[in-house]
Amino acid sequence: MVAANSTKTISVTIRVWRQDGPDKPGAFKDYPATNLSPDMSFLEMLDVVNDGLTLNGEEPIAFAHDCREGICGTCSLVINGKPHGPNKAVASCQTYMRSFQDGETIVIEPFRANPFPVIKDLITDRSAFDKIQQAGGFISVRTGAACDANATPVPKENADLAMDAAQCIGCGACVAACKNASAMLFVSAKVSQLGLLPQGQPERDKRVLNMVATMDSLGFGSCTNQYECSAACPKAISHDFIARMNRDYVKASFRASFRPVSAGASGGAG
Amino acid sequence: MAQLDSKIPSGPLADKWRKHKAEIKLVNPANKRKYKVIVVGAGLAGSSASATLAELGYQVETFVFHDSPRRAHSIAAQGGVNAAKNYQNDGDSVHRLFYDTLKGGDYRAREANVHRLAEVSVNIIDQCVAQGVPFAREYGGLLANRSFGGAQVSRTFYARGQTGQQLLLGAYSALSKMIGQGGVKLHVNSEMLDLVIVDGQAKGIIVRNLVTGEITRHAADAVILATGGYGNVFNLSTYARGSNATAIWRAYKRGACFANPCYTQIHPTCIPVSGDYQSKLTLMSESLRNDGRIWVPKKKEDCAKDPNSIAEADRDYYLERMYPSFGNLAPRDIASRAAKRVCDEGRGVGPSGLGVYLDFSDAIRRLTEAGVRERYGNLFDIYHEITNENAYKTPMRIYPAVHYTMGGLWVDYNLMSNVPGLFVLGEANFSDHGANRLGASALMQGLADGYFVVPYTVGDYLASQKPGSRPSPDAPEFKAAEANITGLTSRLLSIKGSHPVSYFHKKLGHLMWTYCGMARTKEGLEKALVEIPKLRAEFWAAVTVPGSAGTLNQSLEQAGRVADFLELGELLCRDALTREESCGGHFREEHQHPDGECKRDDENFAHVAAWEYQGEGKTPLRNTEPLNYEFVKMSVRNYK
Ligand SMILES: Cc1cc2nc3c(=O)[nH]c(=O)nc-3n(C[C@H](O)[C@H](O)[C@H](O)COP(=O)(O)OP(=O)(O)OC[C@H]3O[C@@H](n4cnc5c(N)ncnc54)[C@H](O)[C@@H]3O)c2cc1C
Ligand code: FES
Repeated sequence: MVAANSTKTISVTIRVWRQDGPDKPGAFKDYPATNLSPDMSFLEMLDVVNDGLTLNGEEPIAFAHDCREGICGTCSLVINGKPHGPNKAVASCQTYMRSFQDGETIVIEPFRANPFPVIKDLITDRSAFDKIQQAGGFISVRTGAACDANATPVPKENADLAMDAAQCIGCGACVAACKNASAMLFVSAKVSQLGLLPQGQPERDKRVLNMVATMDSLGFGSCTNQYECSAACPKAISHDFIARMNRDYVKASFRASFRPVSAGASGGAG
Repeated sequence: MAQLDSKIPSGPLADKWRKHKAEIKLVNPANKRKYKVIVVGAGLAGSSASATLAELGYQVETFVFHDSPRRAHSIAAQGGVNAAKNYQNDGDSVHRLFYDTLKGGDYRAREANVHRLAEVSVNIIDQCVAQGVPFAREYGGLLANRSFGGAQVSRTFYARGQTGQQLLLGAYSALSKMIGQGGVKLHVNSEMLDLVIVDGQAKGIIVRNLVTGEITRHAADAVILATGGYGNVFNLSTYARGSNATAIWRAYKRGACFANPCYTQIHPTCIPVSGDYQSKLTLMSESLRNDGRIWVPKKKEDCAKDPNSIAEADRDYYLERMYPSFGNLAPRDIASRAAKRVCDEGRGVGPSGLGVYLDFSDAIRRLTEAGVRERYGNLFDIYHEITNENAYKTPMRIYPAVHYTMGGLWVDYNLMSNVPGLFVLGEANFSDHGANRLGASALMQGLADGYFVVPYTVGDYLASQKPGSRPSPDAPEFKAAEANITGLTSRLLSIKGSHPVSYFHKKLGHLMWTYCGMARTKEGLEKALVEIPKLRAEFWAAVTVPGSAGTLNQSLEQAGRVADFLELGELLCRDALTREESCGGHFREEHQHPDGECKRDDENFAHVAAWEYQGEGKTPLRNTEPLNYEFVKMSVRNYK
């Protein structure tokens, strides 16, 4: 019951990407991190290194973080070449020093992808994700216009599957892991969540077409079925959702080219 | 002295909100687009308010310090959201939710506000389901419920252990839609650093762009703060690291009253502290108390033993023993103090002795391991990552941690502060939870405020403002406020002392937890009131903030927030010292019943304490708003 190795400590060297600003050159720099408890989180290790840098008059390493419990999607480190580090299905903030060896050199980089430009050091700009959501990641229902929540039963299997997709934390690890910088896992998670629910049906076609078009226009690459995305995903979101979205997309494109448009559709009710 | 008119409508409790909605002023649709409303914050309260106000036609500008609205701290809420749907047919009703919330708050909230909250709770679930929030469902396809502390009915709706995430993503999707349509202008990485008051009314904010360092001025017809709670004044808490009090604190310094700062909630089920490097504490959702049983060994000698080897007869299931009818689901404040008490007796477990067991072996026998995994799998995973222990095999160790703040800026029934034009929503206000919040009620309140209350009440204020009358951001009040912020920033950067910001935050947190935590005494609070100003003076003499103002500078962000906590911490202790009674989360050792329960003093303290800033170095003024209970009798809370 006593936590394992709570008295032993380890020391590591961290090799960190430092970059002053978006258009500045960047380079790796080494820093020692000594006498660390294995129960310390990876970000707490960075806190300790940063306090040391601050006292030495150096600027601390900029890294993004907030909840530190794997749900806000803010933390975004590539650790030893892997987005979110060595462990499956966790975010950078849920990585603990017990995953590393004493004496190891740990390489830390930002998420690298063209649509996510570096802002400073390990922080990137992921606002492209918000733009994709704004293009269709919603069900249009005005506040106060909803009917009783139990009026439309939803089969438990569909609700559960929708929840599997909905767990996405919007961190961007899928994009960072993909050699094409594809955002298909992210987009398909939202498209599938809403497409699996009866409430999401009226806008189903429009949603997938608009979200995919926006994704393309923001410079994300295409999916070549390597599935590095789901392997890196801190919520282990399945790439099956990509296939589901592709089906939706094909159907929606087909229907869009044949669907008759009502003459009154844009005229309003007068 | 501030005017504190609660504006509670007259008439029978159940009719007040309906009547009020029918009577307050409206803004006609053509005029709505002439008004600009600033919303600071896009958690549940801010997102829902921004989206709804934009749907109504107002021009909305929303500011968040996060890089995306979806990152707000609301995302971390685990357990669920309450609503009086009575889908379980177990006798729930609006009245019962109202009563439970009022009683849970130890009779220190306004009856009318709490009743409204219970009324609109049902609309929240409808709204969220329509947005595509994937709530848990039963096999028949209908919505499932679980129980939370302080209630004897099952009224909590949930989405696995990620309810806050799903509700926030629902509100974020509504917000995203309105951003896409141009109804909301979103400013990310934008931290509000000052409130601008023109002719006594809130008319704008000063913002620092956290990426470029640029300071900008923004004018509006009304300002809404939905900036969350101030629990990080304790440094270690279950809050996200970035949660802070700067927006409400700076509004306080501009004249908004701060109500009941000492009402803070300590959550009973968190993972214990493991070392001094610790940056945050992780909550294990209260929903675990539905199926987990809390115990410590009866004998001190057993504390270091393997818990599985301790015989049933040697275990003290102290909550079940002390509160047989609520058992492990006793309200949070009660469960937290009980844990402290058994640990103070030397019966705590784990390396620090500050821990109690939360045991699932009975539940696993009843539901199988798979059944428990289905309900709480992600929580067990989190526990495993952090502690490296398997809670399916050995009981979890938990200890109370700071989790929520019931206090906040004072607001009237319209959610408007004493500064006209300044509205405050969600955890940032003080309105609905009295001295203790029940589980699953913060999400309910944030969404109630944002979707269903402020969209009506802001119109009542705006109707009194001439369209087009908002000041220009070049008005002298804006320039003065900007200069105030630029000055503060350069002051922080120029100290170049010998300690990082974190040093002061940790020290402050330690003082707060020791003297103003789960149990408070006159002596301890007086000591804190000496130590905190000393620490603050040390901060302003010895902090070091590297870097410059004109770039992304996380040390600078942190320094400004900790500077505010160093002031707020003092107010919190002052409030705790003046409130000579125990109620809910505020426990003064001098005021307890022989069995250790809170002893309220309704004769002298059945009021809201709303503190008013008097200038630097001056003691703030304590205004009071009496709590008049017309419909419920204030009684001793009894969960036995
Ligand atoms: C771990 C945890 C679990 C919880 N579980 C539950 C639960 O199961 N059920 C429940 O009911 N409640 C729960 N709560 C409480 C609940 O989550 C919060 O009270 C609630 O989400 C607060 O929402 P909010 O909208 O008021 O603020 P927040 O979600 O904190 O949002 C604050 C917003 O304000 C912005 N902001 C803040 N300051 C500034 C500034 N100066 N300038 C610009 N922007 C600013 C932020 O960017 C953010 O967008 C939990 C809390 C925690 C810590
Ligand atoms: S900091 Fe929130 S997911 Fe890592």
